[in-house]
Amino acid sequence: MFSYSFHWNQAFKALPQMLDGALVTLQVAILSMVIGLAVALALTLFRLSGNRILSGFATGWVEIARNTPALFQIYMAHFGLGNFGIHLSPYTALLVGIAFNNAGYLAENFRGALKAIPETQTRAGRSLGMTSLQAFRYIVLPQMLRVAFLPATNQMVWAILMTSLGVTVGMNTDLAGITQELNARSFRTFEFFALAAVIYYVIAKIVTLAARLAAARMFRY
Amino acid sequence: MFDTALSWADLGFLAQGALMTLAVTAVSVVAGTVLGIVFGVIRNQAGPYWSMPLTFLLDIFRSVPLLIQLVLGNALQSIMKLGWAPFTTSCVVLSLYTAAYCTEIVRGGISSVPPTTRRAARSLGMTWWQDMRYIVAPLATRVSLPAWIGLTLGVMKDSALVLWLGLIELLRASQILVTRLQEPLFILLICGAIYFIISFPIARLGGYLERRWSND
Repeated sequence: MFSYSFHWNQAFKALPQMLDGALVTLQVAILSMVIGLAVALALTLFRLSGNRILSGFATGWVEIARNTPALFQIYMAHFGLGNFGIHLSPYTALLVGIAFNNAGYLAENFRGALKAIPETQTRAGRSLGMTSLQAFRYIVLPQMLRVAFLPATNQMVWAILMTSLGVTVGMNTDLAGITQELNARSFRTFEFFALAAVIYYVIAKIVTLAARLAAARMFRY
Repeated sequence: MFDTALSWADLGFLAQGALMTLAVTAVSVVAGTVLGIVFGVIRNQAGPYWSMPLTFLLDIFRSVPLLIQLVLGNALQSIMKLGWAPFTTSCVVLSLYTAAYCTEIVRGGISSVPPTTRRAARSLGMTWWQDMRYIVAPLATRVSLPAWIGLTLGVMKDSALVLWLGLIELLRASQILVTRLQEPLFILLICGAIYFIISFPIARLGGYLERRWSND
């Protein structure tokens, strides 16, 4: 059955290179998550604003982000924007695509989290003389972030996994891209990609664990 | 802006791609759901300790990018000289991927059935199988169905990645057209619209069921 001889040495020799790639992967994931969180917060405010155009825009964003493949969104950023004369590098296109996707999913998480906070609390805040922005900032937001924290962690893991899609638009500095380049040079597909899979797995586990520890620390009360 | 080189034949090509997407999704979701139910029941019966190996194995499918899984699956099948077509490889990998998520959903559904209800069924003289079939299955389905619909849509979207193995599904078909016609925005918009049209109504149905069937 196995007339194939595995050459794990080659893969292990490339490990430092791949770990460098893992750092880029992590960087893209974190950046996309930061942008995604900021945009998702804005989208949530748009939806709450009661302004037809703003909330329509937010709903449109969320539905498109959630109902089309992430790969399509990255393609759109890389190939589609070229029509407007915007030519993004693979790195930027990947970042834009994932951030767009993150924002949509996180905005939906936030909306779910908002439902868990009774309307009366906002009203109580308002009747204490807070402006509506103050009530949102000091009463609703902290509780919302608490409820939304675990889903956001999942989204972070998703973002890490999604960065691997960059290789389809020619990204060659992240983990998947470097693995693909090594593979193209040596055709040791299985060895290289198995090692990459292990690295992705370890990163995902570390992030999950770190988030759990952070949650235990932050949400003690 | 509105004169385009896109012909009806090209639209047919896109439709073929969409059918391929749906075919891969259908096969993977059906196989993955069957596997997921089996694994979910096993995990529930065996308890957290004995099902640790299975939990770990399924966790791998959820913590490694699907693209890497597909490449690995394809490499493995050629190493083992199975001679599978890209379609088969894609379906096998996607089925396992689906099964990993479906297991969690099934397990959650089963554990949402109160143990007292199940004990009542057993003390009425029902066998384990009858209890599963007539008590657990209906109640668990109610809890799990919205999540399962979400999973199905997720797999539909993730199936775009099989283009890496050379399967011409919707996204790959539009990429081919883009290469030929050089109208990326227009063609990608059509592609996105097709995905959206498939996904959006089902997502809405899932949301409706979730609201309708929630217990509060």
